[in-house]
Amino acid sequence: MEKKEHIISILVYNKPDVLARIAGTLGGKGYNIESLCVNTTTQYEISKIVMATIGNQATISRIESQLQRLVDVIQVDDLTNVESIHREMILVRLNLTDDKKEQIKKAIDTYKWKVIISSDAFVILEITGDKPQIDLALARLEPLGITDITRTGIVALDLKN
Amino acid sequence: MKLKGSQILLKMLEEEKVDIIFGYPGGSVLDIYDQLYKSNIKHILVRHEQGAVHAADGYARATGRVGVCLVTSGPGATNTVTGIATANMDSIPIVVFTGQVPTALIGNDAFQESDITGITRPCTKHNFLVRSVEELASTIKEAFHIARSGRPGPVLVDLPKNVMATETDYDPASIKIRNYDIFHKPAPKKMAQVLEMLTQAKKPLIMTGGGVILGKAAAELTELARLYQIPVTGTLMGLGSFPGTDPLWLGMLGMHGTFYANMAVSHCDLLIAVGVRFDDRVTGTIETFATNAKIVQIDIDPSSINKNVVVDLPIIGETKATFRDMLKFLAEHNYSPSSKERKEWLKQIAEWREKVPLTYCQNGQVIKPQYVIETLHKLTKGNVIVTTEVGQNQMWTAQFFHFDKPNTFITSGGLGTMGYGLPAAIGVKCAFPDKQVVDIAGDGSIQMNIQELATAAQYKINVKIVLLNNGYLGMVRQWQELFYEKRYSHTDMTYAPDFVKLAEAYGIVGLRATKPEEVEPILQKGLSIDKPVLMDFKVSREECVYPMVRPGESISEMELGTREMIN
Repeated sequence: MEKKEHIISILVYNKPDVLARIAGTLGGKGYNIESLCVNTTTQYEISKIVMATIGNQATISRIESQLQRLVDVIQVDDLTNVESIHREMILVRLNLTDDKKEQIKKAIDTYKWKVIISSDAFVILEITGDKPQIDLALARLEPLGITDITRTGIVALDLKN
Repeated sequence: MKLKGSQILLKMLEEEKVDIIFGYPGGSVLDIYDQLYKSNIKHILVRHEQGAVHAADGYARATGRVGVCLVTSGPGATNTVTGIATANMDSIPIVVFTGQVPTALIGNDAFQESDITGITRPCTKHNFLVRSVEELASTIKEAFHIARSGRPGPVLVDLPKNVMATETDYDPASIKIRNYDIFHKPAPKKMAQVLEMLTQAKKPLIMTGGGVILGKAAAELTELARLYQIPVTGTLMGLGSFPGTDPLWLGMLGMHGTFYANMAVSHCDLLIAVGVRFDDRVTGTIETFATNAKIVQIDIDPSSINKNVVVDLPIIGETKATFRDMLKFLAEHNYSPSSKERKEWLKQIAEWREKVPLTYCQNGQVIKPQYVIETLHKLTKGNVIVTTEVGQNQMWTAQFFHFDKPNTFITSGGLGTMGYGLPAAIGVKCAFPDKQVVDIAGDGSIQMNIQELATAAQYKINVKIVLLNNGYLGMVRQWQELFYEKRYSHTDMTYAPDFVKLAEAYGIVGLRATKPEEVEPILQKGLSIDKPVLMDFKVSREECVYPMVRPGESISEMELGTREMIN
């Protein structure tokens, strides 16, 4: 069976060690978490975890049922085989050195990157998109001299619900 | 009503109808022990916290109720880990209360602090750290509910010392807990599929596991098998879920299963597996397991389905409800197997049974361990609850003691915990003081929790220990004999205490048999004495458990032992 990335969305009760339980369940059974995003929902006592992991369908089904066994897990959905949108965000800091300054300003105009802070010395950009878009942006940023970067895990939403 | 945390704990235990606690006091649980001093709940003081958990576990397995233990923080808590993991692997409902340092000190490496919820996260069904006295009552209620609902399992509740000492309002009527969804009834279309598969099958076989006992479904399974003449094999955990003396019973399957059970699995065309998780000791190599069969798997836990063996028809549901549905559906649709085909199948199994029966050779002047177990079965007519240690003693018991009823064979299956049998027997005997409770032990295992003899002596818990003493870690030695050219690396346990004197030193009765003709009289005497008794049987030192499937082989390829063994 084909191995690919699966985006799994998990609704949980917002308890102090719920993330440790989920990470432990996966780690203990030998599965790796590729990316992770956690926050509360509109209700503070319920959190949503969006997780990317790699495996074939049988492995993913096993992960789902292992997660469903956890007492604090409310619902588990694999968003890979349904229509869903995926987004990641990066924050990037570029230093405006003399040799790169013009190049950076031109790129910001061309690609319509969102500038959050800019000074004489540096800019910080916020870029969101799905995985290919972020990867493309990173390829374009690379020659401009990235001095610091943070990339979030994937957030995803099922189109139907 | 204003109560302290420690008082609320005992109130809640009464609400849960807990009649006995196995425990060991310490600094962090002094407040609780002070309340126990005034309480009607019985407390058994074990000699090691591991013993407390095994005793609670034995109590739970024999009664089907939740077993309870109470220990202190730090080492008291960490000593419970093996017991908790044992219960977790076999899905046994227990609640373990551990003391914890005051909340203000948690994380400071305080004296006798351990992160026990962190340590036991992977080996509990769930665990809790109670951070305030306000959440205490509902947490305890939830802990018991989680332990016994769905697929049961151990739950740990960590109780900081200050939470036990703080007062709050207590009103049992106002305690609310979350609802947990449990799968109850399988869809009707699944029953139609079962009917169709049964109708097409010429050689059906039922494989019963621990889930049938936990699900209290032994009677329904027995009815189904007898009504439609379907032969039954079982896993170690399933022993007792179908009468071991019934002609349809094939004994255990797997590594030390009977030849005929393994042949039946390998040749059947429909395998109905109930409450099993297809452990590697049961299946042998997965690729060759039941290759001729369509497999129906019934289990309450969706994560057990398709975990090791991919099945044709999964049914997620309580075993009892599922069997009832099945019986009803099959009757309504006039399912009636072809008697000719069924006769042929049962005849084939009878031929395998005749070709390689389960046997051993008791000759000469040395006691064979199997003979001790058979004699025990004969003398008690099986009317006894048996616990075992782990290793050869456990496998011989599984093979030669024919369990007729559920909850009468108490053994550590999944984890294979040495030192389980004696404390578990104590727990069982506490639940059934009028029943004969026997721990079939090995000389290696029994020494891992031998200190519990003091517990048995103190409370006059009259368990009987049948010690199959071969002076070896027998099962490991057997593997060294078969797979490591008899290099007995560190398995010789000849240097051991004189068990009879040891028993006497603990204030219980010690007896010994060294010749075959002494076996029956010693067993008779030991069973009739109204005190804890340790019976030391000096058995054949290098006896092996046969038949045996070599690790990594198909279960249809069995080592049968020497000719002398099977004659």
